[in-house]
Amino acid sequence: MGRYVPYLLFGLVGLVLLGIGLFSGRFVLYLTMRVMLLSIFALGYNLLLGRTGLLSFGHAAFFACGSYGMSLCFLHVTPNPLVGVFAGVCLAVLAALIIGFFCVRHTEIYFAMLTLAFGMMVFSLVWNLRSITGGDDGLVGIGRAPCLGFPIARDSQFYFMVLVFFALTVWVIHRIRSSAFGLVLAGIRENPQRASFAGVSVRLYRLAAFVISGAFAGLAGSLAAMLESNTNPFSAHWTHSAEPVLVSLIGGLQTFSGPIVGSVIFVVLREIIERFATNWMLWFGILLLVIIMGFRGGAMGRIEAFFARKATPRGEEGRP
Amino acid sequence: MLESLVHVCLTGLAQGMFVWLVACGLTLIFGVLRVLNFAHGAFYMLGAYFCFSFLSWFGDNFWLGLIIGPLCVCAIGFLMERFFLRYVYHLDLPYQLLLTFAFVLIFDDLVKMAWGAGSLGSPKVPGLSGSVPILGRNFPTYSLFIMGAGPLVALALWAALEKTWAGRIIRAASSDREMASAIGVRVPALYTGVFVFGTWLGALGGGLAVPYVGLLTPGMGESIIIEAFVVVVIGGLGSLKGAFLGSLVLGLLSSFGTRFIPAFDMFLTFILMAVVLLWRPEGFFGEAS
Repeated sequence: MGRYVPYLLFGLVGLVLLGIGLFSGRFVLYLTMRVMLLSIFALGYNLLLGRTGLLSFGHAAFFACGSYGMSLCFLHVTPNPLVGVFAGVCLAVLAALIIGFFCVRHTEIYFAMLTLAFGMMVFSLVWNLRSITGGDDGLVGIGRAPCLGFPIARDSQFYFMVLVFFALTVWVIHRIRSSAFGLVLAGIRENPQRASFAGVSVRLYRLAAFVISGAFAGLAGSLAAMLESNTNPFSAHWTHSAEPVLVSLIGGLQTFSGPIVGSVIFVVLREIIERFATNWMLWFGILLLVIIMGFRGGAMGRIEAFFARKATPRGEEGRP
Repeated sequence: MLESLVHVCLTGLAQGMFVWLVACGLTLIFGVLRVLNFAHGAFYMLGAYFCFSFLSWFGDNFWLGLIIGPLCVCAIGFLMERFFLRYVYHLDLPYQLLLTFAFVLIFDDLVKMAWGAGSLGSPKVPGLSGSVPILGRNFPTYSLFIMGAGPLVALALWAALEKTWAGRIIRAASSDREMASAIGVRVPALYTGVFVFGTWLGALGGGLAVPYVGLLTPGMGESIIIEAFVVVVIGGLGSLKGAFLGSLVLGLLSSFGTRFIPAFDMFLTFILMAVVLLWRPEGFFGEAS
């Protein structure tokens, strides 16, 4: 019985999301889409951070690659949204391959600093190549042409395209995590030396995780460009790279659904705080402090630990 | 042409020394505590704002502001280390970095609440606000002052670490924490002291930056912290000598980049950082681990 509870919950979430798409107003639609885009970004990112144990500060670059790839494709090649998303993801994968090739030579703080350097290189290109990227204005006027015959121009129609990609992401990430590949990644996180003694090419696996997470960052970026109908050069800035880290941490690094729960908390909390006060960063910083000082498992980590304790009464809990 | 090159060099040296004044505290903290402090940029910002305020309260006395401002930031640094950072030294890297990042968010908003979200104009420093002619062109006097202050701080730091009793203990704790603890060094107290001192250096850099950068904005720490990271990385994480040299290289590179290939000056900085990390991750003077 217990095994089916997560699937049941995900089915329920799917139904709620469908309901939101069919019956709610523009504001809730927009907010839900933002949550889903951030979830896609963070789900992919957590494959690298939570699963493989590598902290990247450059994933905003791949998000921006997705955004700009999609927008350039729309402006210069074809308005077809699927082709645009494909172009965005391809550009992100290409960038992740090149950057990842260099970055996976190091781990820990060196890896974080290398990804920061490469990420900021992409930012400086986006910022300075005005003729291609529009510089600090970004690219504007990204429209939404019909997708496979379905109109997606209105938010209530575009919502379902985002929902489909979100569901696809959840499914793919779930498959990756439960595959042999995903288990090897967790093994590398726990003990890279032992994994390499077992004949695993640690560097290659890290690169694969890097590229996959980059691809999902690109997917989130290309959908975001369509949602906002423009691109923002600061989506490549390192401060944007911190977002998926925060989201994963709030939800729980070692859990599958952590990034999704974290995204909901992040976006909704920000809306609520901004409604009543201007200084949302202050409150968010305090929340972050509380989580790091006292609740390092994150929201989902806490909930899972609670149920695990009920199932195994005598001190059998796993790592927090 | 020659005059122009000399001026580009001078600008680069001034810029390099300016970054060094901020990065030296970050390097010291990383060298001893092994924590890369994102909030160092926020301390720089707080230092700048405190100095600015004290300066206007004390009837435009820049030097008095420069003494009192960083001391106030020290108190904040003490609270941060004693009640938060101390408890994450044993945790994984993401938690340490994000804890300091949380303080960046908090301080940025607190500064906005206290001083307003707009930018503040910088005051003039009596005696240093003009410019002097060098090879037929004017060069700001204050930049010359920064160029003098940088090596002075470096010399003072070197003397403090190499020639004093406290410096020997800091070096001991930095090279082997457990051994230092075993021979009776109170390592937690030492860590607090080093963090507070590093904070003071960052805030001092901020105070000195007030006339140099001209404008005070609530996000001013976010750009300098990345440059300071670059310097700390290319110097070899934790090496003060390397950070000093790294600052000079960074300053010259960015001023020559701005002069000759303005579209790519930011790009050059990060290329340098990536190349050093890949080719010599221990930095100019760091020891291979």
